[in-house]
Amino acid sequence: MGLPVPSPAGLNQQAGTEDSVQNFQGVGVSPGRIIGSVRQMPKPVSEPPSGERLAAGLSPEDAVAGLKAAAQSVHDELKGRADTASGDGKAVLEATALMAKDTMLLKSAAKLINAGSSPERAIWEAGASVSEMLHNLGGYMAERATDVLDVRARIVAELRGVPAPGIPSSETPFILVAEDLAPADTATLNPAVVLALVTSGGGPQSHTAIIARSLGLPAVVAAHGVDSIADGSEVYVDGAAGSVTLDPGEEQRAAATAWAETSATLAEFDGNGTTADGHLVPLLANVGGAKDAVAAAGLGAQGVGLFRTEFCFLERDTEPSVDEQAAAYKAVFDAFPGKKVVLRTLDAGADKPLPFLTDATEPNPALGVRGYRTDFTTPGVLERQLEAIARAASESEADVWVMAPMISTAAEAGRFASLCAAAGIKTPGVMVEVPSAALTSATVLREVGFASLGTNDLTQYAMAADRQLGPLAELNTPWQPAVLRLVQLTVEGSAQEGNNKPVGVCGEAAADPALAVVLTGLGVTTLSMTARSLAAVGTVLKTVTLEQAQELARLALSAPSATEARDWVRAKLPVLEELGL
Amino acid sequence: MPERTATIASRSGLHARPAALFAEAAGEQPVEVTIAMQGAPADDALDAASILSLMTLGAAKGDVVVLRAEGDGADAALDALVKLLETDLDAE
Repeated sequence: MGLPVPSPAGLNQQAGTEDSVQNFQGVGVSPGRIIGSVRQMPKPVSEPPSGERLAAGLSPEDAVAGLKAAAQSVHDELKGRADTASGDGKAVLEATALMAKDTMLLKSAAKLINAGSSPERAIWEAGASVSEMLHNLGGYMAERATDVLDVRARIVAELRGVPAPGIPSSETPFILVAEDLAPADTATLNPAVVLALVTSGGGPQSHTAIIARSLGLPAVVAAHGVDSIADGSEVYVDGAAGSVTLDPGEEQRAAATAWAETSATLAEFDGNGTTADGHLVPLLANVGGAKDAVAAAGLGAQGVGLFRTEFCFLERDTEPSVDEQAAAYKAVFDAFPGKKVVLRTLDAGADKPLPFLTDATEPNPALGVRGYRTDFTTPGVLERQLEAIARAASESEADVWVMAPMISTAAEAGRFASLCAAAGIKTPGVMVEVPSAALTSATVLREVGFASLGTNDLTQYAMAADRQLGPLAELNTPWQPAVLRLVQLTVEGSAQEGNNKPVGVCGEAAADPALAVVLTGLGVTTLSMTARSLAAVGTVLKTVTLEQAQELARLALSAPSATEARDWVRAKLPVLEELGL
Repeated sequence: MPERTATIASRSGLHARPAALFAEAAGEQPVEVTIAMQGAPADDALDAASILSLMTLGAAKGDVVVLRAEGDGADAALDALVKLLETDLDAE
């Protein structure tokens, strides 16, 4: 449900008369109503044509000097950003700044210029060969290969006199419009100046959506046509309705003002997840490390429903020691003394490759050796991780539960449970992300103590749709009735198993307040989400009784499409429109 | 030509932050300094001020490298750089 568009012209995609309102419809992925001025993310730098020659009248000496000057200014820009950054981001920026004026890179480009190449083409080729060399070295070096390509693109942009690729740097706040954002863009995205995110591509599970929710920024994805909005134009973004309106009118201004007030009240969760009639649904946080855990505890999280342990391993070319792991896990457990912390064992593979565990040459990595399956090819890593978890748990006061990602069969669940038992871990569980695990949850749950639905992967596998692809955005939503049915089957399997073992949700779905109500109605026992969404979900959950939630779940399951499931449920929850969620 | 050997002390080897700090320090010296793995021919030595060269060298913790430089201030430059390599820069 969007706001009414205040124009008799209605939805008008063409730039028509002065009075017409231009409205772009996309998918709302993070709520918020805001007005601001647009900054387009510069287009990626195009490759200078192969064989491009030095311009007539330009001597090789002058061309080399020009290249050096461009390289120096790219260096200075990156160095300036490094000076204001902190932590890992700072170290990466410092190294990248040095690459810009690297003698190896510039000398090999100078050689090409002296042989008659244009400076743009010369630095392009020099960058390609250095990047390939690093790529072939593997491990940490291979990861830096993309930094060289980034530097190369910046130097070419500088030589051409066009804006550098990446998020524009600006001191005045703006609404960022891009085709899509990459995980790497998060490091340079300053939430103090970026008011909202709008993309023409991407889907509800894209990185843009995940970044926006974790930063609490309103966001609309897959909004066709927004690429044509001029820099500096004023727009109104409604991150719940998924709409972007050019030249906002009085009504939109009032809505943005109202949101600024309600969002302040939606910032705090009282730490008590419950329906109106007192059916308890603990609201937990998804965290990636101690810093997140402390922040989540501060925002009222009732525990941790998903502790991603990859952070301990990423950017590593060897396995961290048991001591090192135990210390890192304990730091998270210590943020939640006496509360539940559900830890997920290493989930490498697919979009999270690790040099010592996964094979980067797999033709189909989402269906490859990932998650729990890395134990088939690299035995030992999982056992050592379990040892570290058990040690950290014994030294902390948290109630530690441990689950394996990408479990497909009851036999895998049984084996994981016995590894946990051997390590001294009391509560083993499984992630339900593979449809086979949802369909056989009664037998899977016989082996372990609990299940947690990872709705992002469950959706991608149920719909056979890559979660990163914009054109598949419509398939890739947990509102798909087929996905909701798999959730229901998992809960039914638990009842059938006989011990009513807990079935939680820890995917992005839990952060959508309307979907959180549906999941509660389906019988899910806990909801885990990015900590920023706790307050909104908690507020909406309190407005419905369990019986109403069950009714809404039946309604969603009966819908013929994801769009209708969402629209039907939202229509019955007017509180969402009131709060701008 | 003055030369020195040094044992890499940083835990991550001459990658990442240690490589950046070392390349920057090498670039600030008044003379050009080269770096090679011990036992490698002097002709294969790389520019010590180039972070990309350092990364392709792939020196790990405990590896021994040879630094070379010529001209005024070469000895002082080499001494300063050896000290840097023999410090665990990851710990700072």
